[in-house]
Amino acid sequence: MADKILKELTIKVWRQKNAKAKGKFESYKISDISTGTSFLEMLDILNEQLINDGIEPIAFDHDCREGICGMCSLFIDGRAHGPDDDITTCQLHMRKFEDGATITIEPWRAGAFPVIKDLIVDRTAFEKVLQSGGYISVNTGGVPDGNAIPISYDDAEEAMDAAACIGCGACVATCKNSSAMLFVSAKVSHLAKLPQGRVEATRRAKNMVAKMDELGFGNCTNTGACEVECPKGISIANIARLNREFLSATIKG
Amino acid sequence: MSSFLSSSIGKKLIMSLSGLFLIVFVLVHLILNSFLLFDKTGELFNAGAHFMSLPIIRFGLQPVLAGGFIIHIIYAITLTLQNQKARPQKYAVQNLSNSSTWSSRNMFVLGGLVLVFIAMHLLHFFVPIQIEGNVHDDAQLVKALFTNGSMGLVYTGLYVLGAILLGFHLAHGFWSAFQSIGFSNKIWKKRLEKVSYFYAIFVAAGFTIIPLYLHFFA
Amino acid sequence: MTVLNSKIPAGPLAEKWSKHKAAIKVVSPANKRKLDIIVVGTGLAGGSAAASLAEMGYNVKAFCYQDSGRRAHSIAAQGGINAAKNYQNDNDSIYRLFYDTIKGGDYRAREGNVYRLAEVSGDIIDQCVAQGVPFAREYGGTLSNRSFGGVLVSRTFYARGQTGQQLLLGCYASMNRMIGQGKIEMHERNEMLDIVIADGKARGIITRNLVTGEVERHGAHAVVIATGGYGNVFFLSTNAMGCNGGAAWQAYKNGAYFGNPCFVQIHPTCIPVHGEQQSKLTLMSESLRNDGRVWTPKKKEDAIKLQKGEMGPNDIADEDRDFYLERRYPSYGNLVPRDVASRAAKERCDAGFGVNAEGKAVYLDFKYSIERLGRDVIEARYGNLFQMYEKITDVNPYNEPMQIYPAIHYSMGGVWVDYNLMTNIPGLYAIGEANFSDHGGNRLGASALMQGLADGYFILPYTIGDYLADEIQTPRIELNHPEFEKKEKAVQERLERLYNVKGDKSVDSFHKRLGNIMWDYVGMARNEKGLKFAIEEIAKIKADFYKNVRIPGDFDAMNIELEKAGRVADFLELGDLMARDALNRKESCGGHYREESVTEEGEAKRDDDNFTFVSAWEYQGEDKDPILHKEDLVFETVELTQRSYK
Repeated sequence: MADKILKELTIKVWRQKNAKAKGKFESYKISDISTGTSFLEMLDILNEQLINDGIEPIAFDHDCREGICGMCSLFIDGRAHGPDDDITTCQLHMRKFEDGATITIEPWRAGAFPVIKDLIVDRTAFEKVLQSGGYISVNTGGVPDGNAIPISYDDAEEAMDAAACIGCGACVATCKNSSAMLFVSAKVSHLAKLPQGRVEATRRAKNMVAKMDELGFGNCTNTGACEVECPKGISIANIARLNREFLSATIKG
Repeated sequence: MSSFLSSSIGKKLIMSLSGLFLIVFVLVHLILNSFLLFDKTGELFNAGAHFMSLPIIRFGLQPVLAGGFIIHIIYAITLTLQNQKARPQKYAVQNLSNSSTWSSRNMFVLGGLVLVFIAMHLLHFFVPIQIEGNVHDDAQLVKALFTNGSMGLVYTGLYVLGAILLGFHLAHGFWSAFQSIGFSNKIWKKRLEKVSYFYAIFVAAGFTIIPLYLHFFA
Repeated sequence: MTVLNSKIPAGPLAEKWSKHKAAIKVVSPANKRKLDIIVVGTGLAGGSAAASLAEMGYNVKAFCYQDSGRRAHSIAAQGGINAAKNYQNDNDSIYRLFYDTIKGGDYRAREGNVYRLAEVSGDIIDQCVAQGVPFAREYGGTLSNRSFGGVLVSRTFYARGQTGQQLLLGCYASMNRMIGQGKIEMHERNEMLDIVIADGKARGIITRNLVTGEVERHGAHAVVIATGGYGNVFFLSTNAMGCNGGAAWQAYKNGAYFGNPCFVQIHPTCIPVHGEQQSKLTLMSESLRNDGRVWTPKKKEDAIKLQKGEMGPNDIADEDRDFYLERRYPSYGNLVPRDVASRAAKERCDAGFGVNAEGKAVYLDFKYSIERLGRDVIEARYGNLFQMYEKITDVNPYNEPMQIYPAIHYSMGGVWVDYNLMTNIPGLYAIGEANFSDHGGNRLGASALMQGLADGYFILPYTIGDYLADEIQTPRIELNHPEFEKKEKAVQERLERLYNVKGDKSVDSFHKRLGNIMWDYVGMARNEKGLKFAIEEIAKIKADFYKNVRIPGDFDAMNIELEKAGRVADFLELGDLMARDALNRKESCGGHYREESVTEEGEAKRDDDNFTFVSAWEYQGEDKDPILHKEDLVFETVELTQRSYK
């Protein structure tokens, strides 16, 4: 339990100057990292070292550093958000690594998520999917009282399970096909489980799937890897629901 | 409707429906083959084979079956090509072993190998029996293939391999088909996966036992 | 000295807002289409404002530095959102919520604003439900509530421990609908660096595109700042890494007054600092204090052994544990307000009873509630928080108490605004945490979400019309106006100045130095000597910063160090203003604790005779002392009393 010191680590990291440049791996040595340090703090330390050496620091996305904003990404040693379960990269700690290890860090890889710089990718494809239907069409004001429509405990809980998605993109990054089905299905399920969202559920499913396809995500082949690597444990049962919603949307026309 | 069929979910639906159709066919095929185990004279099997050669089956059902195969294959190729394109740059290191099963990740490869097996299988039996039409004792033809000296052992091995490949393909394909048509949730997913494994093992075991039985005991 | 006009309407408290709404001007739908509004920041305040304004027909341009509007730090709020719905039939009312908020803020907020906040609180819940926010429900299908610190009723609505996330996704969904309809132009990864003021009115902003490095001009008929607080002045805080005071600070440097900069909230239950390399502090929800008991050892020798790691908390017998909150505040116990709980923890640690290696942590122990309620109940209530704690610390809080320590969490201070949420610069608005208006000296739990959404959904969309009604003749803002040119050049020069220092120290090293000074002298306890020292030290760090900062990488491309340097440059100045304000406010009040102003029992002592005012600071130019304006706080309804939680 007590923190140990990792004497030396090799960080093999993807460096790419900008979207157009050709990237490559660079390796850096870093020493004396406490196992109580978070993974991103380790990168901070490495960056500080790089700055002192006059090298441009490694660019990576991060913000809240408490696992909720969904900004941090990183494919670490072959896994989205690294070698621990149910967490984001910012919650990963160095106690998950052995002294002397070589840690490989890559950006999310997907055609729909082009690299902007180093480990930063452009995830606006997700926003475009949301803009195509991830909402309930209601204006501010003129809505009924919060208790006017009762919602069963189970429905509210199930909606919340899906709504917990932080939109980080780990599902796309993990999926061997770069499919965005887990993300889209979570958004569709969250609203489909609530009476307020039911009203336009079919339209929503159709539009969001059409947008998702248009943006070049791959197809879901039900490997279930997304569900395992999702930091919020979003279930692929949501994908089944999306399939159902989409199917019924098509039948209804 | 055309937009539905070109959508990712639509394509998956077609994969799943054609897959389910082929799953039913595999079961029928297995039942028919099992006649070889239960009737040493081969009469039962020959009767079954004869039934399958009736014009209504040959010209009515076989094209449907072939269509099922062809659609399943064409869509598999389309989807796989699209999936390849969705990740132009691959990872240097990717570790999927703890997040998904091997068979689920290799359905295309498994399917391709099963297809190769089927091609061989068609050459062995379908062509002489149904195309050339010069076989009188179908059961004897089958037995001969698996007992014919050292080649008998090779064919037995190939057929066992084919059965195992098919089993892996079905282990993922069966429950996946239900997931794709939307018939799954947290509870049913677990049940379907169990049924899926059971069915896959049943089919693989069934198709394994028959050539082994013929090779060693016929 | 200008007289600050807060524009609080006359009349009885309960009628102020409705009378005001009736009196202010509105813009016709045909004219709304011709008017552009810039909203900087897409958290709860900015997101809800952008969506509502676009729905009304205005053309909105929204900006955020993150890669998506839904990542704004409102997303990290855990506990819940208050609303005076009285669904629990516990005699809650608008007045009660108003009174709790005014009292909780230690009587340094405006009555009129706070009453209005309480008035619209119920509408917020209705709105969020309609948007599909999956609030917790009872088995009968009605909304569920929980209690929070400092109040006697159950009025907090929640969605597990992710209320902020769900509310933000709700208003972001509304934004998305408007983006899809072309009514909101969304600019992600784009940071505001200056405000353009032409003819005395806010007419646009200058931003830096964080991907291309380009400096851009954006014009509008009004500018709304919704960029949150400035807690990151302290380097270590519960704020997100990118949270910055930049937009608010540019407003200030362009002439907007800065209200109560010294009022920052220190949250008592955060995971303690670990070593030298820590980048960020993680909050553990206030709700944990419902079932956790806070303690330190009674004996100094036990504390020393704990610090050396020679014994663990479970080795200390119950009779050797000092449940200091229960001892000092028997009636509120572990549920005293945040400022009180934070100071009490600091007092114990300063006295040498801290329990970790640094001596800066106290225990939050669930042993007793697990014994009383069973592990299952505790797991159902706090399972996700316990999991988060274990991931970070590698300690299982079911078996061993959590270690906690106070950390900077929220800034009550911010840009000064009038009742219409407009700054003293016409056409420039500030909403949410970015303004100073509603929380006084201390914010109550679950009220930040309420204020952000109140401002964005139900207040600003009305009050901004009063200003824009006179702007309908103004054509679309020309981006080649000399003021845009001037400001763009100024931003460019500011960035070049930083980039060209080419020194040998990283941006973070300066930020950390600033943070240490701020925490030690402008943190939980402040005194005249320390504050004066801090002002001097900050000036030294600032001088060193402009001499020795090193920014590698390209100037006109994505450059994260350059982004950070700009923010730290602002923080250095903000820290100075905070210290000045703290020095000026000689009373103790809410989160602002002056060691010179304490009761005999060591509690914070307000000085209502001399300090019942809002400090509004006016910028005078670089290296010149700012001028202090005072907005007297008039209490027509409530009576000022010394807070007591004994």
